[in-house]
Amino acid sequence: MHEPHDMPGEGRPDDDLILSVRDLAVHFPLGGGLLGGGKRLLRAVDGVDLSLKRGECLGLVGESGSGKSTVALSILGLLAPTRGRITVDGQVVTSRQSGDRKALARTVQIVFQDPYASLNPRQTVRRTLEDPLRVHGVTAKSEIADRVAAMLRHVGLRPEQADRYPHEFSGGQRQRIGIARALILNPKIVICDEPVSALDVSIRAQIINLLLELKDTLGLSYIMISHDLGVVEHMSDRVAVMYLGRIVENGDWREIFERPAHPYTRALIAAIPDPLHHAPLATTGGDLPNPLNPPNGCAFSPRCRFTVDVCRSEPGPVLETRADGHAVRCWRSEEIAGRLAAAADWDVNS
Amino acid sequence: MTGTPLLEVEDLKLDLDTGSGRVAAAEGVSFRIDRGETFGLVGESGCGKSITALALIGLLRHPLSIGGGVIRFEGREIQHLSAARQRDLRGNRIAMIFQEPMTALNPVSPVGRQIAEMFVLHKGKSWREADRLAVEALANVRVPAPERRVKDYPHQLSGGMRQRVMIAIALACGPDLLIADEPTTALDVTVQAEIIELMRNLCAERGTAILMISHDLGLVANVCRRVAVMYAGRIVEERGSADIFRAPLHPYTQGLVASLPRLGSRAALGRARLQEIAGVVPAITHFPDGCRFNPRCAQATEICRTAAPDVDLLEAGGLVRCHHHA
Repeated sequence: MHEPHDMPGEGRPDDDLILSVRDLAVHFPLGGGLLGGGKRLLRAVDGVDLSLKRGECLGLVGESGSGKSTVALSILGLLAPTRGRITVDGQVVTSRQSGDRKALARTVQIVFQDPYASLNPRQTVRRTLEDPLRVHGVTAKSEIADRVAAMLRHVGLRPEQADRYPHEFSGGQRQRIGIARALILNPKIVICDEPVSALDVSIRAQIINLLLELKDTLGLSYIMISHDLGVVEHMSDRVAVMYLGRIVENGDWREIFERPAHPYTRALIAAIPDPLHHAPLATTGGDLPNPLNPPNGCAFSPRCRFTVDVCRSEPGPVLETRADGHAVRCWRSEEIAGRLAAAADWDVNS
Repeated sequence: MTGTPLLEVEDLKLDLDTGSGRVAAAEGVSFRIDRGETFGLVGESGCGKSITALALIGLLRHPLSIGGGVIRFEGREIQHLSAARQRDLRGNRIAMIFQEPMTALNPVSPVGRQIAEMFVLHKGKSWREADRLAVEALANVRVPAPERRVKDYPHQLSGGMRQRVMIAIALACGPDLLIADEPTTALDVTVQAEIIELMRNLCAERGTAILMISHDLGLVANVCRRVAVMYAGRIVEERGSADIFRAPLHPYTQGLVASLPRLGSRAALGRARLQEIAGVVPAITHFPDGCRFNPRCAQATEICRTAAPDVDLLEAGGLVRCHHHA
């Protein structure tokens, strides 16, 4: 039980970073409305900066529509960004050149949410694991067989199970196969997109433990996307919180969970039901705004209980990084923190 | 616990016709809910919690059927009522909301109509009067601009708004019992908090009892006063919700509580390896002999493999079904 205590300092040399995302934007043009309105732009991701250090797990949280998965697809090279630069292991991957895609696949892989939908039902496990090896130039039969067997053992399956089909496995076992598929090419970065949400509750701990073990034994770096803050807190070294296409807070996991600075992060944490108390949940008011028509100023201002006039005016707040590396996009975060400190019994529900 | 409970389920058995025979998908299910009480039914997929709810509301269909036991609503047996009498009860006295409001709502009918229908069918109102009541009902579930929203179709609303519409429909006739089956599983956490608070407040105001069904023990424990945990078709533990979380008695409940990373635990205790529950959830057609949890239980002994444990009533209230509980 050892905790890495290194802080996300910005001044470190870049070779510490396995991934850097700078000013990433992904905009989707939508056709004019039925009533003949002009073309509209959906800013799914709008100016996101992220860094991932070697061996680190970065939690990416936010509600549906916040842009988490779009960021993930961009890093995987499956979506061409509108703007920005992604550097993976020293290589800029946002410049489009043929061959890039294959090299990228050897470095970055993904574990999907639904192990029922993400495995080909007509392929044996062996085939699912062999194909990527062949595509990437491993031809020796004995090497392929050895690597498949070794990988199955790594994820807690038996090599003799390789000739079965996905339907012969339980949900937890299927997710183990999904993890094996992601790891067979020895990637350096694994994006885990809600890896336990589709699993039975009593199976989740097995998969979370497995992912953490593999991270240590294989020296992997993770981006952990989840709406389950308990899982994110357990797994992450740093956490980035997204809201409507932007990062609103980014910092060390302990800072984020013990001293959240953005009102949205506070709202997310306060909305988690406390099983030991039969008490009302803190509510935020309203739904996520329409991304086609984002609010003026701070995107969270229509739902925020601390909103004042400046929050509603353009330009919105910028992501400001404090000396300790904790970054917040809120005009009033220090003032709110001060009020909190002043009233220790301050009640989020009031 | 005096007088007639609102709902009483006694030794309910639910059969699944597999084509080659019948198996009990749930059995020995007993619980009671008093007027205005909040009661939770928790378990993993396939444990029988949702089909128990469907049985209560008379919506079990082939290949599922009631194989035995009694369901009493206000002291009257309702499991063998005619379809017409069941319809009368359903929606009027017992209402239900479902996990995914998009599939539970009619996609080609404006939401106002779907609410108004309740008043026409169950309260004998004219459509004109019912339409007016529908606006009121939407306002009660805090839908902004209800007089405009009644004309919207379900696809025009967000997930949270659709679930508000479902609640408006369910509560339209002032039912005595609201069954909520995973009501917020499809929603984001901040929206979940709003829907839960809305449901909790409206039911408390009206004295409506809640039967909440979910896989999320934490959420159910927060909402409900008492919780029953189901595993493989049987209730294995039923206690006050804080008790079940603080000091679970059944090894399965203990495993569930210990296996989930809870907010704040890493900061307080460091990152320990999560306690795993070994094995997998058994299929309905292959429930193990004896205690159904025995193949996954670290405390299992010979008797667990051969004899199904009886229900032990606890002195402090509640029950547990385990040969070896503390």
